Amino acid sequence: MNFDQARFSRDDEYEPLLSEKDSTTVEVDSEGVLPDDLTRDELTLPALSEPQLARHYTRLSQMNYSVELGPYPLGSCTMKYNPSFTEDVAADPNAGVHPDRSDRTIQGTLGLLHGLQEYLADIGGMDAVTLQPPAGAAGEFTGILVAKAYHESRGDDRSEIIIPSSAHGTNFASAAMAGYDVVELPSDDDGRVDMEALDAAISEETAALMLTNPNTLGLFERDIVDIAEMVHDAGGLLYYDGANLNALLGRARPGDMGFDIMHYNVHKTFATPHGGGGPGAGPVGVVEELAEFLPSPMVRETAAGYEQYEPESSIGKVHGFAGNWLVLVKAYAYIARLGDAGLADASAKAVLNANYLASQIDLEVPYGPFHHEFAATSGDRDAADVAKRMLDYGVHPPTTKWPELVSQAMLTEPTEVEDKASLDDLAHAFNAAYADSDEALETAPTKTSARRIDQVSAARNPRLSWQALGDDE
Amino acid sequence: MFEIPDDRKYLESHEWTTTEGDAVRIGISDFAQDELGDVVFVELPAEGDELAAGEEFGVVESIKAVSDLYAPISGTVTAVNEELFDAPELLNDDPYGDGWMLELEPADESEFDDLLSPEEYREQTE
Repeated sequence: MNFDQARFSRDDEYEPLLSEKDSTTVEVDSEGVLPDDLTRDELTLPALSEPQLARHYTRLSQMNYSVELGPYPLGSCTMKYNPSFTEDVAADPNAGVHPDRSDRTIQGTLGLLHGLQEYLADIGGMDAVTLQPPAGAAGEFTGILVAKAYHESRGDDRSEIIIPSSAHGTNFASAAMAGYDVVELPSDDDGRVDMEALDAAISEETAALMLTNPNTLGLFERDIVDIAEMVHDAGGLLYYDGANLNALLGRARPGDMGFDIMHYNVHKTFATPHGGGGPGAGPVGVVEELAEFLPSPMVRETAAGYEQYEPESSIGKVHGFAGNWLVLVKAYAYIARLGDAGLADASAKAVLNANYLASQIDLEVPYGPFHHEFAATSGDRDAADVAKRMLDYGVHPPTTKWPELVSQAMLTEPTEVEDKASLDDLAHAFNAAYADSDEALETAPTKTSARRIDQVSAARNPRLSWQALGDDE
Repeated sequence: MFEIPDDRKYLESHEWTTTEGDAVRIGISDFAQDELGDVVFVELPAEGDELAAGEEFGVVESIKAVSDLYAPISGTVTAVNEELFDAPELLNDDPYGDGWMLELEPADESEFDDLLSPEEYREQTE
């Protein structure tokens, strides 16, 4: 496949900002609307015609790359295509209800929330689910607060959370934010939890062990039942990071493995948009014993209909109202459309695609057998350079240099959405970039709208707000 | 070949310390800055902080990696090179000079005996 990305520029400057295209001072009449000291009578705004505006945004979109253009195998991120019908459902005017309306007048809304609570509980093997946390990391934090409330309610003061060294950085941050000391767990030679190290790490101070399964290398933690028993025997809880749930969907459930708490990344597993910082959702499921600590409100079904309620020993709110409602609508729509068979088919194809792709690339994959993702190594070539060169072959590259267990790692997760032709394009990009000359790697990318980025200057002199755009330095 | 001055001692984790005077200086070696690549961020302790030999005292971050820094000897921090906060590139340009990190008042000078000599450190890097 040949690839040349659109590149609108003039004098080496990219498509200008709207404010650079035009700035017109508009007079407005704010008399009597608000106190005078809070209002302005003049605003400087870009005054452009609709076609000018449409071209601006279309040009920007052409200089961008997305899963709607080609494969996006960013390992551990599960960059699924977001089906457009879920957008249609979320755009339905009936979804636009005010969150302060009385329960009796929003039975449909509450029914959907209750349905999603039930779907997720069923998928994860949990007894109760809160939909309130606004992102995956917020879900982790919520889950750890629930664990803390549980221990405290028993007068059990514990200080540590155990996390494998290969875990997502958010695990460490969530545990630390909740006030815990983090105990880092090394991996064994096979890339799984080191059982001897785990045995040594577990103590009466262990509040929880945080795991993802399959782990960051895509490997199933075969000892999970023993691990759960060890943690529970010491009075600790087992936390499941839902990052890799796409590998198990419809086939195995964290609750059945002995996990007590889990979060779901709906932007990964259930195909809602990856936020770009926008509204997201990170629901949290728990076993029966922990349900009373979940955030408020939850939704339950009574003889009189659906109602919102506050769990008995709730940790309080972690976000406003029911959470980011429209994201939840999209997740619900996705699950309902796929059904049991569709979800199980998604995980099967995700695993098949990862294994087919790995079989077609010339890079070594040191750890296996793997599920939905694999960590290839670019050996003596720099993984970031190979990744940048892959851009020139028209694909998004994998996650690079993580997990650190694999040197020059290229963590690759094609997801179930790619067909054979697109997996072959990906394999070609891997192999061609890997075989290219040093010079080609060091100067890549050359066919994208943005070329080699000066990462050193970006890190040493970051411009972190729009106001910095005026800095010449 | 990396520069390894004879007038100081080294840690296996690539920190150096001078050994003369009331206050000794601490930094990272030429080998370390080369391995790290372009340094973009440095985190150091505050003046007056007490450090124990082998204890983590800060973090150095480059485009390629984030590394912990370890104290070669025990003592009290008497000065911090604040220029590194605005110009972390000093660590790459002059690791033994302008790229120094801390000055420490040593608590126990016998700890110098546990450190690597320039010859021993050279062997380690080869």
